[in-house]
Amino acid sequence: MTILDTGTIAAGSLLTVASLTVAEVAAILAATDRLERMAAAERAKILEGRRIALLFYESSTRTRTSFELAAKSLGAMTTLVSDKSSSIEKGESLKDTGLTLRALGAECIVLRHANSGAPYLLAKMTGLPVLNAGDGMHEHPSQALLDLRTMLTRLPGMGGRLVNAKTLEGVTVVITGDILHSRVARSNAMLLPRLGARVVLCGPKELLPEDASGLGAGVEIERDFDKALKQAGSRGKAVVMMLRIQRERLAGLELDLGEYISRYQLDEERLRSRAPEALVMHPGPMIRGLEIGGEVADGPNSAIEDQVRHGLGVRTALLVRALGAGGFESVTV
Amino acid sequence: MSDILILNGWLVDPAGGVDGERDLLLRHGRVAAVEMPGVLRAAKAKETIDAKGMIVAPGLVDVHVHLREPGQTYKESIKTGTAAAAAGGFTSVVAMPNTLPVNDSVERLGWMLDAARGACVKLFAMPAATFGSNGEEITDYHELQRAGAVGFTDDGKPVLHDRVMRAALVAAAGISVPVSQHAEDTRLTGGCSMNAGPVAFRLGLRGMTVEAESKIVERDIRLLKDIERQDGLRPHLHVQHVSTAKAMSLIRAAKAEGLHVTCEVAPHHFTLTDEAIGDYDTNAKMNPPLRNDADRLAMIAGLMDGTVDCIATDHAPHALFEKEQEFERAPNGITGLETALGLALRVLHKGNGMPISRVIELMSAQPAGIVSLEGRGTLKVDSFADVVVFDPATEWSFEAAKSRSKSRNTPFDGASMLGRVAATISEGRVVFKG
Ligand SMILES: [Zn+2]
Repeated sequence: MTILDTGTIAAGSLLTVASLTVAEVAAILAATDRLERMAAAERAKILEGRRIALLFYESSTRTRTSFELAAKSLGAMTTLVSDKSSSIEKGESLKDTGLTLRALGAECIVLRHANSGAPYLLAKMTGLPVLNAGDGMHEHPSQALLDLRTMLTRLPGMGGRLVNAKTLEGVTVVITGDILHSRVARSNAMLLPRLGARVVLCGPKELLPEDASGLGAGVEIERDFDKALKQAGSRGKAVVMMLRIQRERLAGLELDLGEYISRYQLDEERLRSRAPEALVMHPGPMIRGLEIGGEVADGPNSAIEDQVRHGLGVRTALLVRALGAGGFESVTV
Repeated sequence: MSDILILNGWLVDPAGGVDGERDLLLRHGRVAAVEMPGVLRAAKAKETIDAKGMIVAPGLVDVHVHLREPGQTYKESIKTGTAAAAAGGFTSVVAMPNTLPVNDSVERLGWMLDAARGACVKLFAMPAATFGSNGEEITDYHELQRAGAVGFTDDGKPVLHDRVMRAALVAAAGISVPVSQHAEDTRLTGGCSMNAGPVAFRLGLRGMTVEAESKIVERDIRLLKDIERQDGLRPHLHVQHVSTAKAMSLIRAAKAEGLHVTCEVAPHHFTLTDEAIGDYDTNAKMNPPLRNDADRLAMIAGLMDGTVDCIATDHAPHALFEKEQEFERAPNGITGLETALGLALRVLHKGNGMPISRVIELMSAQPAGIVSLEGRGTLKVDSFADVVVFDPATEWSFEAAKSRSKSRNTPFDGASMLGRVAATISEGRVVFKG
């Protein structure tokens, strides 16, 4: 309605998990399966010659490499534009950078940006499909999808389940740590309850304001990590997702790390005594010895490497969807 | 100046105690006669306006506008800003000092008020409360008042130091003008771009708390009491764009104590909540930010019970390229002069049963009183011939593309309005015709 909002967001964009219907989530995961089963040579023809721009204003080895390898496995041409290189002109607006990439033939932009909401601006201004690869403290939708896929493959009894509003019934996901600054936490807390999961957010007030419960139905707050773990472990299937303290975003907030570790670190003893069956996840990068003990990160409950692997698969599907190839043509955002 | 006869209208002049059918004769830039229908039939005038079905009211007064001149005329100029004012029914506007350079001297004030700037309605100004609006040393209030200042403010920023705010209130009290305060404890709002709360959490944006506003209001009220007791002066604090229930109740209490506190509320704060930001719409980004619904309702309650003294737009134009940025980087502010009356009538009159005469009072007599504009905000005989004629029943949609302002930054593009301005007359000159 407003003058600024004249741009429409292209189908195939993924800016927030909130815009995905459960059926679309199912379609993305089904496509991930399909693509993974495909022979590499066949897969490499799907986006042959298509142009994808990776626009990274924040460095992120994991997410960037994942998108890049996904694009290349589909045969697409990629170009990385990062603020570390000289390719982002100093002081040029996001709009103008986006228009330049479009003029150069980019058909899809994968954006990582330090400002929340930046992908909306880019999508409206360019009309191109935009994949949000993490925006400020807002969202990281592809991470939530890869986390979902990891749960579906690792939690007992989930294999081959159809993705619908009841898929995660009986599953409790405890997300612990710096929720305030975590786009991973937001995306997961908004997506998982729509598939039936109970999401328990856990952390001290400074890192987890009460406002977080406003993310939606199925989201609860529990300050006591031990209680949250015990409850989750005794209720059915449990997932513990640990988050890194984003010291760079604390902005003057004083945090007693010793106290934090004693209250919120997931160590061997805590896991064994409270929720021995729980699946342990972490979006990375991890700080071993801070939010998570090394033995837990490498232990049998850990799905951390699986997450990385599923990231590649899910992103392959998202790129195919963004470019309207392979049966996603009718999908709208 | 030609004479104008306004016939067959319904005159609403709260300060003059009129709310009924009257005809009006404007002559030599003043109100020459206000008469019952028929009496002025024989009067001769160069122009006659038939106001049948219309309300004829004192021209609206806005104590808080940003006209961006000097320094940022790509956003707005005194000429275009006052044209937007005329289109909105305003005949007097008070320009804020956060221009480039800041209006903090007699020379700059004189330049701004000079007829050469091309203002089409009456322009007043509040120069900076402190040099450069840096919050450190107060400007020369005596000299500036002599040059036309109607009050002092560092709007856009607060006067943060207690000592400086005290000095400003004392100096202004000596010459009977208000200090207008932008109540924001900027030590608590660094990096914040919207209201704190669930919406900010979901959007991943840092939020300004309610306390960042109320703490400054609380401090200023404490200073008023202190000055009354110690200095025997009666300073006038005007709180700009109140947006929180907490600040509103502090002001209500201060008024009950008999302190000289006045305040304004902007139409967007009684119309919208932070949900209007939607998907990072920078047209809904302003400071103070849109709050939650309880705060919005508290603004309406304050308007209904008389705690709020006037409606002010905080008209803050910005160029499209400035708003087409990441939400956190985009500047604060929206345009407001052309939507204020339509929103006030829709929300306050139609939505909350406020009599039209009271809406008019909040937009004319009362703001004129706050900055002591003699002969304005009323249509009593001999007052300035500042008149707005509007159709109170027309519902219409505001189209930003047709705005008289140079800028288009409004969350109200396409929004429904009640009451359409048919004519605006400033000192006897027709400056807008709808
Ligand atoms: Zn202002």
